[in-house]
Amino acid sequence: MDHASLSGGFTDPPQQSAVAFRGIMQAMARPGTICDVAGAVAPVPLSVAAGTALLTLCDPDTGVHLAGACDTQAVRDWITFQTGAPLVAAEDADFVVGDWNDIDLSVLRIGTPEYPDRSATVIVEMLELRAEGATLTGPGIKERAVLDLPDVAAFQRNATLFPLGLDFMFTCGAQMAALPRSTKVI
Amino acid sequence: MYVAVKGGEKAIDAAHAWLAEERRGPEDVAELSVDQIKGQLKLAVNRVMAEGSLYDPDLAALAIKQARGDLIEAIFLIRAYRTTLPRFGGSEPVDTEAMACDRRVSATFKDAPGGQVLGPTFDYTHRLLDFKLAADGEVPSAPERAEAPETKPHIMSFLDREDLIQPEPEGAETPPDLTREPLELPAARPLRLQSLTRGDEGFILGMAYSTQRGYARNHAFVAELRIGACAVEMGIPELGFAIELGEVELTECETVNQFQGSKTEPPQFTRGYGLVFGMCERKAISMALVDRALRWKELGEDNVGAPAQDEEFVLYHADNIQATGFLEHIKLPHYVDFQSELELIRKLRREAMGQVRQEAAE
Amino acid sequence: MTDYNFAYLDEQTKRMIRRAILKGLAIPGYQVPFASREMPMPYGWGTGGVQVSAAVMTASDVFKVIDQGADDTTNAVSIRRFFERTAGVETTEATSDATVIQTRHRIPEEPLTDDQILVYQVPIPEPLRFLEPSEVETRKMHALEEYGLMHVKLYEDISAHGAIATAYAYPVEVEGRYVMDPSPIPKFDNPKLSMAAIQLFGAGREQRIYALPPYTRVVSLGFDDYPFEASKAEHACALCGATDSYLDELIVDDAGTRMFMCSDTDYCQSRRAAGHVGAQGTPFKEDAA
Repeated sequence: MDHASLSGGFTDPPQQSAVAFRGIMQAMARPGTICDVAGAVAPVPLSVAAGTALLTLCDPDTGVHLAGACDTQAVRDWITFQTGAPLVAAEDADFVVGDWNDIDLSVLRIGTPEYPDRSATVIVEMLELRAEGATLTGPGIKERAVLDLPDVAAFQRNATLFPLGLDFMFTCGAQMAALPRSTKVI
Repeated sequence: MYVAVKGGEKAIDAAHAWLAEERRGPEDVAELSVDQIKGQLKLAVNRVMAEGSLYDPDLAALAIKQARGDLIEAIFLIRAYRTTLPRFGGSEPVDTEAMACDRRVSATFKDAPGGQVLGPTFDYTHRLLDFKLAADGEVPSAPERAEAPETKPHIMSFLDREDLIQPEPEGAETPPDLTREPLELPAARPLRLQSLTRGDEGFILGMAYSTQRGYARNHAFVAELRIGACAVEMGIPELGFAIELGEVELTECETVNQFQGSKTEPPQFTRGYGLVFGMCERKAISMALVDRALRWKELGEDNVGAPAQDEEFVLYHADNIQATGFLEHIKLPHYVDFQSELELIRKLRREAMGQVRQEAAE
Repeated sequence: MTDYNFAYLDEQTKRMIRRAILKGLAIPGYQVPFASREMPMPYGWGTGGVQVSAAVMTASDVFKVIDQGADDTTNAVSIRRFFERTAGVETTEATSDATVIQTRHRIPEEPLTDDQILVYQVPIPEPLRFLEPSEVETRKMHALEEYGLMHVKLYEDISAHGAIATAYAYPVEVEGRYVMDPSPIPKFDNPKLSMAAIQLFGAGREQRIYALPPYTRVVSLGFDDYPFEASKAEHACALCGATDSYLDELIVDDAGTRMFMCSDTDYCQSRRAAGHVGAQGTPFKEDAA
């Protein structure tokens, strides 16, 4: 573990995690809305928003899976030191972080009929977040929202599993948008 | 003209001030010290520690003082404090065989290595009010034991050797923590025992008594009841060994229960188990009986529909802090709900009366 | 008060609650189990709502607490003080100024906006509980979307009384999937459940959190021939004259004379400040002290 893992955390955890969580909650409650999520700086290649979300939500009780290019020693050390979250295989993960093409959705936990909440949250690192592209409807959306998604069919399939399924957060820089399983993608 | 009633804040402040005066009581009587409570009302302190799930006699005594002797209120104070404490880790399982016993009795063997030790028990006191205590509490000193205490092996270990009792091998798994995870059913035995040991003494007693009277009757012999201090050790990964953190007083009860055998198990004795902080003998025995009743499924017994066999019923209703909070909340304002019921009843009556009148007219 | 963390709860507890809130928002109407903590107020007195408020609160929030619609009821006062002490947040009685509103038994009359969060205190989160006492069974019924029992109960009401005899905690269906208990709000408030604000429901003793994202489709259960009907007392508020607000009923003399006034004290006060006067009201300034 090198020195870098000791830095980049919250300097005032109670306040910063509270503000960050409000951004994350707004994103999840209003699918397609792009929200600010900042406060922590994780090692490259993780974005500020992805690093902040991990710091806000993860601890020794949550398994984290790093996919593809995100799975570096520096990122691993940072998560271990900053959150204490165990790094686990994709099929056991509560949180998965990575680029869209590096994540195999088919192995992730989608919950059970009695406990649909026991499912993975997927943080997808994006090159940009734009309010254009696919049309979204469902809870949290007044009429319709638009968001540029890395795929359409995959999210449509995910929504058909409801109430089971995966919940997605898209991160870029210090911003986040979300797509829970309840959202229908047209 | 009507002016809306306000003053909730003032009322609360005044109520708290009055409460503080009432707690203190008449000022011409000396104030009760925490040490007096700890030393002289020890069984109350023990109950607060057991059901508060926090071993700290000083805090428990303080809570009893603050709660004016209302033990459930004191347990509540301890629970609310406990939940704010940081968690450093879990201890090793306590070795109750190494307990320095103040009391140790067996109802199954007349004598056994270690012997029967009555200890400071009410058992054979005649329940006659001792009016001398009202005047002064000076007591002659009790005789001291001369010889060094011998080790007291668990009575159960003798039955174990003969294969007469259902074995209970040590498990490697870390038990779940009721205070850190939501209760999920079906609950495994470690979780059930955890719930029982912090459950309300009166509730557990009532449940246990119901099994004795025939609701899932399973006659229990107290193989052993032991009370005394046990060392608590915690493994330190950096050191590679466990260090002793201190001692806690515990009450342990192991029962031997008849068992005719079932589809899955041969005839043998079975066990019930109770372990409680402090000297809480009634609670430990009750716990062992309820534990045994809840084990019907794993022993392949029939569910006869008795309350003490229903783990959902027992576990969801054993906690007196949950129960008292919800029970007492009904004294909070319910104007809104009651108003909606009033409207509904008036409407239903109007319609019903209208119908009656109409029928009478026809 | 410096010996407790911001908003009382430790950070690990807040993370656990925050994760439950996010899953609740992702699965509207589904009750997420959470490891409710023992709070310094009794179970049944808002410990679920308090834990949810503590997990979403930031230092810059403006916090309002109502019980039965009123800011001045004793338990509302007590919870408001708790957060003043432990989080140092600004508090208000004005619905429109609040960013986080914790409530017991009412939805404010004034429509909430998309920058507000409404936190409900929930006693029994399970809408099927009074029909089936076992948690193991009701969880199965939700999993199988087996809500026949609820419809049978409502239908039996109709055949016995000619109307659905549920006046508060009236069950709703969320997005065509989960049947949900909206907490013991009067059914008058049910139509407000589809709103712009985020709604979070916390049940401390029962260890459940659930949520409604903004604009979620919430339908009160009913039948084609006996549709759901929101209702209130057929009176106007005696203080502000409002005819569209939910009313408290007061007994004002030994003869049992009744008076009706807004249960939402901020709504009533705002109307009176704007010059509305009911049949027994005083002009606003007179009782301002």
